[in-house]
Amino acid sequence: MAGTNGVAVETEGLVKAFGANRAVDGVDLRVPAGTVYGLLGPNGAGKTTAVKLLATLLRPDAGHARVFGHDVVAEADTVRGRVSLTGQYASVDEDLTGTENLVLLARLLGHGRPAARDRSAQLLDAFGLTDAADRQVKNYSGGMRRRIDIAASILNTPDLLFLDEPTTGLDPRSRNQVWDIVRAVVDQGTTVLLTTQYLDEADQLASRIAVIDRGKVIAEGTKGELKASVGSGSVHVRLRDAEQRAEAGRVLTTALNAAVQLDPDPVALTATVNGHGTDLGAAEQAARALAELARAGITVDNFALGQPSLDEVFLALTDRKGPAA
Amino acid sequence: MSTGTSTETDRGADFAAPRADELAALLLAKDRPARPGALSASLTFGWRAMLKIKHVPEQLFDVTAFPIMMVLMYTYLFGGALAGSVSAYIQFLLPGILVMSVVMITMYTGVSVNTDIEKGVFDRFRTLPIWRPAPMVGYLLGDVVRYLIASAVMLSVGLLIGYRPGGGVVGVLLGVALLLVFSFAFSWIWTMFGLLLRSEKSVMGVSMMVIFPLTFLSNVFVDPRTMPGWLQAFVNNSPVTHLATAVRELMAGEWPAADIAWSLGWSVLFVVVFGAVTMRLYNRK
Repeated sequence: MAGTNGVAVETEGLVKAFGANRAVDGVDLRVPAGTVYGLLGPNGAGKTTAVKLLATLLRPDAGHARVFGHDVVAEADTVRGRVSLTGQYASVDEDLTGTENLVLLARLLGHGRPAARDRSAQLLDAFGLTDAADRQVKNYSGGMRRRIDIAASILNTPDLLFLDEPTTGLDPRSRNQVWDIVRAVVDQGTTVLLTTQYLDEADQLASRIAVIDRGKVIAEGTKGELKASVGSGSVHVRLRDAEQRAEAGRVLTTALNAAVQLDPDPVALTATVNGHGTDLGAAEQAARALAELARAGITVDNFALGQPSLDEVFLALTDRKGPAA
Repeated sequence: MSTGTSTETDRGADFAAPRADELAALLLAKDRPARPGALSASLTFGWRAMLKIKHVPEQLFDVTAFPIMMVLMYTYLFGGALAGSVSAYIQFLLPGILVMSVVMITMYTGVSVNTDIEKGVFDRFRTLPIWRPAPMVGYLLGDVVRYLIASAVMLSVGLLIGYRPGGGVVGVLLGVALLLVFSFAFSWIWTMFGLLLRSEKSVMGVSMMVIFPLTFLSNVFVDPRTMPGWLQAFVNNSPVTHLATAVRELMAGEWPAADIAWSLGWSVLFVVVFGAVTMRLYNRK
């Protein structure tokens, strides 16, 4: 069904500039069909522009993009027939009711009036919006808007669904509902290209992630690969005495052969366990480092070894501060 | 969960969680109907405009109260001075003021295009596999209904205060039909500005700059023969003058072939030039 060797999206050197600002600056992507692919980056990184290029809303200044093998400029109409876009802001008409919005779009997709009504009613029901069907969308809550918006995107089951920051501004329950919907959509074979600034969202949904910053892809891979690229784990240490932190930092740097970060908390520090120059696993290395600290007479109050979070991945890859996740 | 009566509060409807199993069944339907034709898509967008009128009826203010005000104001303001009496002047003025008001009302098209672009729904329309001009044509079809309302309102007021068209029902209908064709074509200027300009305010500002000289510098209020030569040159060649003459004479029961031809010629020109610019902007936006 997906076609073209199982690749949903392929871009080469994609560029889009607005004046001097190169919003998308040479992006190469390859999105396997049937998966959730995450575009992760802070505000203004170029995620939305990239999605707009792929959804035929903008024309690239340079480079190529193909969706299921169809060029987004030369074969824009074919691409439009296979994709759906849920924009960053509700892409439905706020003056119309939920039903009217869905019927309108179903008619535009070629459904006859009865079929359009049936499909709209079924989708409203599946999205838990039946009670709100006859209310204007402007009176919907944030979570309901998101749902009607996604419902509008799957009136015809698309082969590729763009979700641009689908959970920005939602409360945790609404966010979980959107996540459940995304999982249901991808389970039925639709490829989802998701942009997000929330690391846990990418972690929850996406099987591959491209980290994008200032218009460029700065890292790409599976979640595991991205985490591994930063290190196999990180050691968090809390000392009893803040005066010993400098000494503890030197000990850990030598023991782990890695950079040590001083946390905002004056008694805490974090070190990456990257396995450079040793065959030992993360746990053994961490244990050894702990022993070194004890030998140096440094009192450790608390000690933890964890997988690097995507936050750490993100902060390690971008030198500016990322948004709080 | 369905606690609460849900119709009043967001909370009630929000409690209804989406059902993934039902959703999965719906997603299995992968068949896609044939794409709608150009006319069908345009009419669907026209239906959207009707729904908006249903939900926001206040937007009919400019096609009801405004035209009534125009007829009464100019008839009683100028009637005695220009034609000796109100009933004499209204025979001349009504078709002209009808043309002027409807052409003025067209500028709201630009505002509604512009406010729509600000919202995300425009992006969705642009990603649909439909005939590209359909959303724009839809706006204009919806607006034709508004122009029709304005025409009916103004003619009713005119008849009440003494307008007696010599052309009867047929003449009046032909006049209105010509006016609607012209207004539909002329509105492509506003779709262009609606796409081109950044804010609703700037659209209004530019619209006023275009619409005031174009409608006032015409033969709507007075015969241009008393105007200075340079102004006559402009007025006599203005599309609004040709249209006003054509509508006035059609309603009076005559057949002003030249002015009808000029009005239709200008209409074709507007669609070809501004329709093309609009679609270029729409595709490039």
